[in-house]
Amino acid sequence: MEEKNDGKNRLVDFSMNNGSEKAFKAIGIVSLILPLSFLFILIIDTAADGIPRLNWNFLTSFPSRFPEKAGILSALVGSIYLIGLTAFIAIPLGIGAAIYLEEYARNNWFTSLIEINISNLAGVPSIIYGLLGLGLFVRFMGLGRSLIAGALTLSLLLLPMIIMAARESLKMVPLELREAAYALGADKWMVIRKVVLPLGLPGILTGIILSMARAIGETAPLITIGALTYVAFLPKSLTSPFTALPIQIFNWISRPQKGFHVNAAAGILVLLTVMLLMNALAIWLRMRLQKRNI
Amino acid sequence: MAKLVPGRQADLHLPRSLIERGVGSVLFMCAALSVAVTIGIILTLLLETIGFFQHVSFKEFFLDTEWTPLFSNRHFGIWPLVAGTALTSFLAMITSIPLGLTAAIYLSEYASERIRKVLKPVLEVLAGIPTVVYGYFALTFVTPLLQRVIPDLAGFNALSPGIVMGIMITPIVASLSEDAIYSVPLSLREGAFALGGSKLRTIFRVVIPTAFSGIAASFILGMSRAVGETMIVTIAAGQQPRLTLDPRVPIETMTAYIVQVSLGDTPHGTIEYRTIFAVGMLLFLMTLIFNLIAHFLKKRFIRGVL
Repeated sequence: MEEKNDGKNRLVDFSMNNGSEKAFKAIGIVSLILPLSFLFILIIDTAADGIPRLNWNFLTSFPSRFPEKAGILSALVGSIYLIGLTAFIAIPLGIGAAIYLEEYARNNWFTSLIEINISNLAGVPSIIYGLLGLGLFVRFMGLGRSLIAGALTLSLLLLPMIIMAARESLKMVPLELREAAYALGADKWMVIRKVVLPLGLPGILTGIILSMARAIGETAPLITIGALTYVAFLPKSLTSPFTALPIQIFNWISRPQKGFHVNAAAGILVLLTVMLLMNALAIWLRMRLQKRNI
Repeated sequence: MAKLVPGRQADLHLPRSLIERGVGSVLFMCAALSVAVTIGIILTLLLETIGFFQHVSFKEFFLDTEWTPLFSNRHFGIWPLVAGTALTSFLAMITSIPLGLTAAIYLSEYASERIRKVLKPVLEVLAGIPTVVYGYFALTFVTPLLQRVIPDLAGFNALSPGIVMGIMITPIVASLSEDAIYSVPLSLREGAFALGGSKLRTIFRVVIPTAFSGIAASFILGMSRAVGETMIVTIAAGQQPRLTLDPRVPIETMTAYIVQVSLGDTPHGTIEYRTIFAVGMLLFLMTLIFNLIAHFLKKRFIRGVL
C-alpha cells in the first residue's frame, strides 16, 4: 500500500484524503448499510405479503385446513401464557442469582465456577435446551408435552441472559449508597431491599424485557419438547398441550400452498410488532435511566 | 444514642441474622441452579447417547458416510450432517466476517459518537429478530432472487440460508469486534501517527494486530452461533443428509435433523429417539469448544491490552 504524505495533516484527524482512505471509508459505510437495508427489505417484503391477510378474523380464528379461514388465536394465546409463565419462573430466579453474585458471593473457586458456567450457558444453542427439556421435564418429570414443560424449558434458556443483565445494573448502584444505608443501621437484606434493588430496577427491567422479547420468538426448543403444530383449542391448565406463535408460523411456512405462506407472513408481522414494541420499550427505559443517573 | 444493653443488642440481632442467613442461602440456591442446569444438560445428553452407542458402534458413527436412521436400510454415519452444518456455517462466516469487521472498524475509528449511539441499538434489533422470520425470508425471497443468478440452484439449498445466517450473525461479530478495537489504547495510535503512519496504515498495522485476539474471539463466537442455529437451515436448506460441499443442492444440518425427528411421532426409547441426543451431544461439544476458545482468546486480549 502506497500512501502520499503531503504534510498537511491536522493533529486530530490523520486520515489522508487519498484514494485508499476514501475507498475504505466507503466500504465501511456499505458494510453498515447492507445489513440495515437487508432488515428494511425483510420488513417491506413480509409486509407486502402479509398485510392484506391481517384482519380481526385472522387474530380471532383457530387454525384451519383452508388458508383463508385460518387464524392465530390458539398460537397467540399460547404464546401469551407461555411468556407469562416463563417470566413468573425465570425473573425471580435470575434476579436472585444476580443479587447473590453481586452482593453475597465470596471470592472463591465456587463463585468463579458459577460465573464461568453462566457465560458458557449463554452460548449453548437453544435447541440443546430443547433436548434438556425433552429429557428432564417431558420424560423424567412426566410433565408431557405441556405448557408448563415449555415454560420451564424457556426459563432455563433465559436464565443466563437475565442474570448477566441484572448483574450489570446492580454493579451500577454506587457503593456509597450501600455504605450510607449500613451506617444508618440497616442490615444487609434491608440494604438490598430498600436501596440496591429500587435503584437497579430500571436496568434490570430493561434486561428482562429484552430477554422476554427473545423468548417470544424462540422456536427450536419448543419444537424439540413437542409443542403441537396444529391446535384448535385454548390451553386450559398448566398441563395442556399448546402451540405458540413462532411454531404456527413455522408450520405454515413448511406447507407447499401459497395461501399458507401468506398466513405465515401475516403471523410474522404480528410477531415482529410485539417484538419491536418490546425492544422500543427497553431502549426507552435505558435512555431514561442514563439521563437520571448523570 | 445511648449504649445498648448487651442482652438487648443480641435480641435485636438474632432474628435479623436468621432472616439474613435464610435469604443468603435462598439466593445462593438461585445462583447454584445454573450449575445444576449444566449438569442436567450433560446428564440428559449422556444418558441417551450411551443408549445410542449400545446399538451403534463408534466405528459406524464416525466412518460410515450415510445418515439414514429413519429409513428401513439404516445407516448411522454422522458426516453428512456435519458436512451440512459445516457448509452453511462456512457460508455464514464468509458473509459475516468481512461485513462485521469493516463495520466494526468504521464504527470504532471513523464514525462520530452520534452515529455510534444510533446504530448500535439498531444492529441489536437485527440480531434479535426471531430466526423463524429469517428462515421465511431465506425461503421466499433470497432463494428466488439467487435462482435468477444461479439457474440450477435448488429450491432448498445451503447457499441462501448460509448467506441469511451470515447477515444475522454480522451484528454479533461487529459488536464484539468493535469492543475489542475500541479498547486498543489511544497512545498506540498516537505513537504510530508520530512515526508518520497514515490513519489507514495505523489501523491495519497497529490497531488490528493489537486487537487481534479479541477480533478472533468474535469470529469464533459467531461461528458457534452459526453451528447451533436451527430454524433458518431447517426451513431453507432442506432435509436431505448428503455428504457434499455443493451449496446449490438440498442438504441437512445437525440441528435440522433434531427438528425433523421432533416433528414426527418418534416413541421414547427407540433408536430414532436416541439419535437426536447423540447428534445433540456432538453439537453441544462443538459449541462448547468454540466458546471455550473464544473465552481464552478474550482473556488473552484483555491481558495483552492492559
